[in-house]
Amino acid sequence: MKYVDEFRDPTAAKELIANIAALAKNLPRTLRFMEVCGGHTHTIYRHGLEYLLPKSVEFIHGPGCPVCVIPAGRVDDAIWLANQPNVIFTTFGDMMRVPGSSGNMLAAKARGADIRFIYSPLDALKIAQDNPTNQIVFFALGFETTAPATAIAIAQAKTGGVKNFSVFCNHVLINPPLRTILDAENVQIDGFIGPGHVATVVGSQHFEFIPTEYQLPIIVTGFEPLDILQSVNMLLTQYVEGRCQVENQYSRVVRKSGNREALRLLEHVFTTRESFEWRGLGAIGNSGYRLADDYGEFDAEVRFELPAAEVKDHPACQCGLVLTGQLKPAECQVFGSGCTPENPIGTCMVSPEGACAAYYTFGRLARPTAD
Amino acid sequence: MNEMKAPEVPLGATDHIPRRSQFNDETITLAHGAGGKASAALIEAVFINAFGAPDVTALTDSAILSVPAGRIGFSTDSYVVNPIRFPGASIGDLAVNGTVNDLAVCGARPLWLSAAFIIEEGFEVAELRQIVADMRIAAERAGVQIVTGDTKVVPRNACDRIFITTAGVGLILPERVLGATRVIEGDKIILSGAIAAHGMAVMIARGNLAINAPISSDSAPINELVEAMYSAVEPGSIRWMRDATRGGLGTVMNELAGDSKWGILLDDEAIPIAEPVRGACEMLGIDPLYVANEGCFVTVVAQENAEQAVAALRAGGATQAGVIGEIVSQLPQVVAIRNGFGGTRLVDTLVGDPLPRIC
Repeated sequence: MKYVDEFRDPTAAKELIANIAALAKNLPRTLRFMEVCGGHTHTIYRHGLEYLLPKSVEFIHGPGCPVCVIPAGRVDDAIWLANQPNVIFTTFGDMMRVPGSSGNMLAAKARGADIRFIYSPLDALKIAQDNPTNQIVFFALGFETTAPATAIAIAQAKTGGVKNFSVFCNHVLINPPLRTILDAENVQIDGFIGPGHVATVVGSQHFEFIPTEYQLPIIVTGFEPLDILQSVNMLLTQYVEGRCQVENQYSRVVRKSGNREALRLLEHVFTTRESFEWRGLGAIGNSGYRLADDYGEFDAEVRFELPAAEVKDHPACQCGLVLTGQLKPAECQVFGSGCTPENPIGTCMVSPEGACAAYYTFGRLARPTAD
Repeated sequence: MNEMKAPEVPLGATDHIPRRSQFNDETITLAHGAGGKASAALIEAVFINAFGAPDVTALTDSAILSVPAGRIGFSTDSYVVNPIRFPGASIGDLAVNGTVNDLAVCGARPLWLSAAFIIEEGFEVAELRQIVADMRIAAERAGVQIVTGDTKVVPRNACDRIFITTAGVGLILPERVLGATRVIEGDKIILSGAIAAHGMAVMIARGNLAINAPISSDSAPINELVEAMYSAVEPGSIRWMRDATRGGLGTVMNELAGDSKWGILLDDEAIPIAEPVRGACEMLGIDPLYVANEGCFVTVVAQENAEQAVAALRAGGATQAGVIGEIVSQLPQVVAIRNGFGGTRLVDTLVGDPLPRIC
């Protein structure tokens, strides 16, 4: 895997760390950079990057883990769907342990629901074609990154006339929660490590509103340790030079205008919901996708009469404060006591890309920082 | 199919010639587990034919074995892997190697195994013969005998094709004493070979991932390597030993840390992982530290003997054996790993099972 090694090269890392330390030397205050993506959070903790940086540079962990932001009510609906007679419910493995109001999908599967893990929406479509007498429902989730794959499956189902396939759509959009966080009180963010995977679809230009409306820099960033270190270096350089711009660190993958084909497909197959409920952040306007009317026959929310009960977040859960960077994972009142990866209360603790789970799994070590 | 034919018996032969039942069946049925003629024919044609040893030709209810005075190791394990055959091994190899290795890492010299089969009706006899042949070859390689066994057949869907349970007995020399409490600060952690191949081989063999990679299970007996190491160093300098099966290296390291008062600091770059395995793990977002192995083990050896122990393992064929970390007094009961550019992270116990039924 030469491709990976290049981005984990110790010599290059040490050079970047030295550069960062030099740039951070005369900062007037601590700078806080939000990594938007759960993938970044995972890399930061997995490679111990936090402790390689000077104290005056802090990471705060953003809302970009699509599993983490699914509210309990949607999990309840998913379990309800899985329990319908004749339904084969398909999902990514990450969702299995996300708690609903009474238990998770893993428990529902153990009680007899036919729930299957898949790796691609097309796997779900294939299950539908192989099991014509069953109803196959796919639990679709993720940002603009994964939505095109769902759109392809839906488009293929329509072309192929697959009548027993539907999608429980939980796809969300990246910009609305970023605005919500930036507009919130008590939030100090000095720049963004921007979501590289989302940007492959939407393009780096999608984030122009951050410098123009909020006067903050954003670096669209890859997911290897060197990517993140270079991104911090670029953010600090902008700060020191008094600039705030969208810059593309992940240029080996991301184009300014994104993937036009994927964007066309999204526009065709999906339409924006008026509002979508986010775990920890509440309802955010225009922040989620549903199937466009032309594809309504494949919408599980149309095909089945979902209970769609609203479920409040657990009262002790502080995921919202973690997701807006107001609390570090370990500062949450239930971190590691009431809420652990074995028995999560909030979704930040469920997915390996959740800030709390990543910190719990990799980070709980007393270590000196670089200075 | 290599069928057992009834021997030609001349007319008037006396009844001391064993009566062999004809066995031409191609599929296992419930009758093969009912204890009657079909059972006897299956046992004789498939199991005795493969495992038969001089002292087990009489089919009594238990094997009768002569054991010298001292300590024995006694271990059992069940094998439910899906699929039953994958690159590098089958459920049969695993069933022998797994139990042999469990004995070896206790310092025991494995001698005898039992094998119990739970078979779903409809299972093909040809496939069963292949699995049994794999077991015979694995047993020969490890120098153990399969001396007793059992067969049950269950209705369709009551099990997934075939489950095998083996138990094993081995002798432990008096000078071999292992345990987490014997580990002290400064001891070296030695790994016998590259990790994560078995789990990834099985996962890819399931065929529901859109990836293909030349990855073979590392399933192999390790008892010879353990013996090579014991003959190279003072037995007391080998403090602790485990095979890193389910849960992988990360999990067994956590078990050691939890059972001792010390911390463990691993060196990321010293842990060998074959390139295709690392690539597959990277693509699937799986940490190779938690992926199962079936042919490597990890041991803690006194600092001053570590080099000799590694040399003995390498001479014994474990060419990638090496020191991967040490026992430290900082971070009590915690496992941490340091990477190439000086970052350190926790290696926690795994939650849940990312790869169910891999052994």
